Amino acid sequence: MITQKIVDPDYLFFQSERSKMFITGSEAVSEAIKRANVDMAIAYPITPQSESMHLVGDLYAEGYLKDYFRGENEFSVMSAVAGAAMGGVRVFTATGGPGTMRAFEMFPTWAGARLPVVCAFFTRGVNSPLTIQPDTIEMAYMLDTGIMIFHAENAQDLYDMLLKAFVIAEQPEVHIPVGVFADGFFVTHTRDEVSTAPADLKLPAYDPYSSPVPVMDMNNVPLRQMRDPFVMKSNFISYAAHASWQQEVAAAAQRARRYIDHYLGGLVESENPGADIMIVASGTAVSQGRAAIIAAAGEGIDVGLLKIKCLRPFPTEEIKALTRHCKAIIVPEFNRIGWLAREIKAVVEDNSKVVDGPRVFGGMTMPTEMILESIRRCSA
Amino acid sequence: MKSDLWQISPGFEEVMPAEYRELVDNGPFGKKLGVADMGTFKELLEEHPLCAGCGLALSLRLTLIALPNPEDTIIVGATGCSSLAFPQVSVHNIHSLFGNQNAVATGLKRALSLRFPGQVKDVVVIAGDGATCDIGLEAVVHSWFRGEKLATIMLDNEAYANTGGQESGMSRIGTVLNMAPQGKKFSKVNFPEIAKAAGCAYVAVAEPSRPKRLEQAVRRAILVAREIGPAYVQLFTPCPTNYKFKPSETLSLIKKREQEGVFQTMEYLSPEAEAYIKQIEEAKR
Repeated sequence: MITQKIVDPDYLFFQSERSKMFITGSEAVSEAIKRANVDMAIAYPITPQSESMHLVGDLYAEGYLKDYFRGENEFSVMSAVAGAAMGGVRVFTATGGPGTMRAFEMFPTWAGARLPVVCAFFTRGVNSPLTIQPDTIEMAYMLDTGIMIFHAENAQDLYDMLLKAFVIAEQPEVHIPVGVFADGFFVTHTRDEVSTAPADLKLPAYDPYSSPVPVMDMNNVPLRQMRDPFVMKSNFISYAAHASWQQEVAAAAQRARRYIDHYLGGLVESENPGADIMIVASGTAVSQGRAAIIAAAGEGIDVGLLKIKCLRPFPTEEIKALTRHCKAIIVPEFNRIGWLAREIKAVVEDNSKVVDGPRVFGGMTMPTEMILESIRRCSA
Repeated sequence: MKSDLWQISPGFEEVMPAEYRELVDNGPFGKKLGVADMGTFKELLEEHPLCAGCGLALSLRLTLIALPNPEDTIIVGATGCSSLAFPQVSVHNIHSLFGNQNAVATGLKRALSLRFPGQVKDVVVIAGDGATCDIGLEAVVHSWFRGEKLATIMLDNEAYANTGGQESGMSRIGTVLNMAPQGKKFSKVNFPEIAKAAGCAYVAVAEPSRPKRLEQAVRRAILVAREIGPAYVQLFTPCPTNYKFKPSETLSLIKKREQEGVFQTMEYLSPEAEAYIKQIEEAKR
């Protein structure tokens, strides 16, 4: 029998003694879930996610979780996760790439149903011919499903963001899902130093009656309650119900900002924000940017960094403020389409200074030299 | 559910809708009512927006009356004609998507088992033939493979009725429907046999012209699902709108099909389910 002490989230995150572990991203998922007081997890294999949910299965076998099973495909898994959340338990799953696409119909319904599900996404290519290699293109499709989106740079981020995601998602005024994204293989399959809280501590349990919408358990009123009401009439009241609900879900994400500020230390992080050239990135592209900044400094070029940790809600004002002064914004990305560059161009005051790229995809790594070349061109 | 939960707080009686007050004063919760009591109590289905003569609406009404413990029943539905009636059903119910009902129900049932150990919480899936046999097949059959303790009820009107009368896997061979302009080219899927092979401990085919048999099938399915394993009930619910017969002929059509030998009711109980049902029914006597 596992005995863990329930502690306040702030104590677990900020005050408890930390120890360093040298672990993979998949193992960081397991370390986060071990401390997250998760009731149930539902798994389905897909590379590069599988190992993380194997490890969560091991946690179930050890007694950290009360229920765990393998579903029949990602659509069913995400549906079962929805059912579990509507039944009032804290639930976790993970997927990536084609699994994300297979399950896609569920994500807007998670948000619309105000389910505080936390799901890890380990990104990979979704194109034909078949690939299992790293690529963040699926994130472009996920941006406007209504779920909150965090993007981890490394295993440490993954551990922190997953644990904190439960606390942020479950705030009664938020109560929408969080997707914690990490770049497949680069984060999941590499080892890194991760600072963790003691394993005998865990988050407080989820209180199902803190939900802003009724739990489907026939143990709370009203009896006549459909999740979610089938408002499918061709009249103004029906349209108004849908319109206002979409806005309410979006507003819930905005209300999450203060919790993201508190727990994640903001939607963005910046280094040397006064520089003329700024690298703006998310995920492992941030790490490549850091390496390029060091290399550029060796050539006497001053470059700053803006790391986007939270993509939904989008840090519009933060990006505007931190890039207002600079002359060039370089946006390195691990996908063909440059979805992050598009997002940034849409919010900065002068988008002619956004350098579209560099970008790699199809499984390629991004040599520091590629970013450095963009920096040199901008400083010339 | 505690009985005081559905009582209206003092002072709020007048602001609650009339049909809710009726439900509190004269509803089926905790009373063990059945189809023999129809007309004497407030039913769970508050009117409905479905077509005149709808076999599905009648079957849904009878199914809701047949629930052995409505006060602790949560229903998972799917998109289709029945989903138009569910906002007017007085137990907690979920519409998630089209075809994911048994997956949603799996998560829900497991969650409720964790939260209410040792207490009755019946999770009943009620969905159409398209949702069950076609788009939701994988989720339905896998919930049975896994032995999930769910009662799955198919409202079989032999077509996608809500989208305008398209062929489904449950339509009969040769039937001309939308998307089958030359008539359906393969046979009606033998879903009860699939249910048996996939591990259902209880399987029945029933229809609404014999309400007591329908009630028995639904009740047994839910009781077996509670204690033994997955259960499946297929209700033949003809659709006058898409099959173009008079609304008054719904029940006679069922009888006609029976006489022609192209429809028959059935019941299967696994030995374990049979022993369990016998034990319950003998204890009642």
